Amino acid sequence: MNLQEKRQRKDQLFAVICLASTITGIVLLALLLCDIFVKGFSWLSWDFICSYPSRFPERAGIKSAFWGSIWLILLTAALALPMGVSAAIYLEEYAPRSRLTKIIEINIFNLAGVPSVVYGILGLALFVRGLSLGKSLIAGALTLSLLVLPIIIISTKEALSAVPKSLREASYGLGASRWQTIRYQVLPSAMPWILTGSILALSRAIGETAPLIMIGALTFVAFTPQTPLDPFTAMPIQIFNWISRPQPEFANIASAAIIVLLLVLLTMNAAAIILRRKYQKKLQG
Amino acid sequence: MNHEEIEISVKNFNLWYADNQALKNINLDIPRRRITALIGPSGCGKTSFIRCLNRMNDLIPTVRTEGEMLLNNENINHKDVDVVSLRKKVGMVFQKPNPFPSSVFENVAYGPRIHGEKNKQQLAQIVEESLKNAALWDEVRDRIDRSALSLSGGQQQRLCIARTLAVHPDIILLDEPCSALDPISTSKIEDLMVKLKEHYTIIIVTHNMQQAARVSDYTAFFLHGKIIEFDETKKLFKKPKEKSTEDYITGRFG
Ligand SMILES: Nc1ncnc2c1ncn2[C@@H]1O[C@H](COP(=O)(O)OP(=O)(O)OP(=O)(O)O)[C@@H](O)[C@H]1O
Ligand SMILES: [Mg+2]
Repeated sequence: MNLQEKRQRKDQLFAVICLASTITGIVLLALLLCDIFVKGFSWLSWDFICSYPSRFPERAGIKSAFWGSIWLILLTAALALPMGVSAAIYLEEYAPRSRLTKIIEINIFNLAGVPSVVYGILGLALFVRGLSLGKSLIAGALTLSLLVLPIIIISTKEALSAVPKSLREASYGLGASRWQTIRYQVLPSAMPWILTGSILALSRAIGETAPLIMIGALTFVAFTPQTPLDPFTAMPIQIFNWISRPQPEFANIASAAIIVLLLVLLTMNAAAIILRRKYQKKLQG
Repeated sequence: MNHEEIEISVKNFNLWYADNQALKNINLDIPRRRITALIGPSGCGKTSFIRCLNRMNDLIPTVRTEGEMLLNNENINHKDVDVVSLRKKVGMVFQKPNPFPSSVFENVAYGPRIHGEKNKQQLAQIVEESLKNAALWDEVRDRIDRSALSLSGGQQQRLCIARTLAVHPDIILLDEPCSALDPISTSKIEDLMVKLKEHYTIIIVTHNMQQAARVSDYTAFFLHGKIIEFDETKKLFKKPKEKSTEDYITGRFG
């Protein structure tokens, strides 16, 4: 066997290993989805989305959880996006390249890896008790904001640093100030990626259960929240609650709820893609 | 040289990228409303030099400078200088065309707009005039709202020139503006420069000896970060004082 053949062998072997891993992943995911669809699909109906939870499986619905999740995600976006994007702009564009900045950046990276339950504990101490917000939507949204903030900051920072240097130079060269350069050139160029990163971060938040349980989101709510100070439940919590019930029907209802949650997630990701396309088209003409 | 008004006076200027010294003890008087050409082999520091004239090197954290560059008796490199108004006064066209990813119109209107021009008619007029001056108007008049990225490389470079003109600077720095242009647009740009020098001080980096000889009034020859020779273009090309200048302009190296 000469060198050439040996190399080809290795190449093929590597390709096979990669392919096998990919297939394993896809098959597992497909099985999971199949299981959920088989169990849950027949329970899906307009009634299911428009009814409150109930002790009786036939009457149970996810209205309160659905609207709870929508409220949560909108509030979280309203809180975390401006803060995260501003923090990233400061770190990337304004902060002096000092050791302190470096330390802050490293810590933000670390925060992105902290288990979500820890944020739940923090939220409980800080918002629910400290600020006496109670087990309210706003306390939940603040907690989830803490959770997604590091991810938003990191992805925004990356989007900003990917803006070509020549673009900044062009703007500065015409006598633009730093803020004008950021506002009119850097941010629009980075916007597609900022949006994508942020929406992905938010879709992580919408699936989170642990921190919401920690701050004491309710598991049985028979009303939709009207203000941010109302108590609430959310889809992952409702799912968790149903799955842990003894009756087998509730496992199927949980599957139906998972399908709804997946649909919401898919919608958010599709929105990310559409927004990115739209911005890129605008930039490239 | 004695009879010229001096626009920028450079004294004992040095520049380092971290530990690498790119400009060594530069002394140069750039005359007002004349075209000064900078020539020299690749990597000799021409770009580094002109980027100092509008403090573009501030954007590179490793750069350190020493010495003086006097513009209207003010040291450009002094830390109190307002770089925004300096860059408005000293416009620059970069070596690689770098249009904004927006329409042709927006590209040219950006400068006047950030400097406070809001009147739409006025803006449209500035845009048209600048594009005409940069010999681009005829090619883009029908697609002024199309993306600038859809222009050819040479058109993009002229767009960048138009964009710089739209700000009405006093001094224009051109870093190899014609390297991506065909002979026709090149001669248009050269005509433009000759026309512009009535009102502007122009500094042009070029690798094209004929171009330097054709359009410039003064020429500086750079080598290894030093100015080897600076003189009236006619004299420098006819009778270079230094051996290395002669070798370079006759194409024996570089
Ligand atoms: N951003 C930078 N960081 C570090 N070194 C640099 C940087 N830019 C230029 N240099 C170095 O400085 C020296 C001068 O470069 P400069 O770009 O000024 O040359 P130039 O005369 O414009 O060359 P060319 O004709 O190829 O454009 C080179 O040795 C280059 O490696
Ligand atoms: Mg150069």
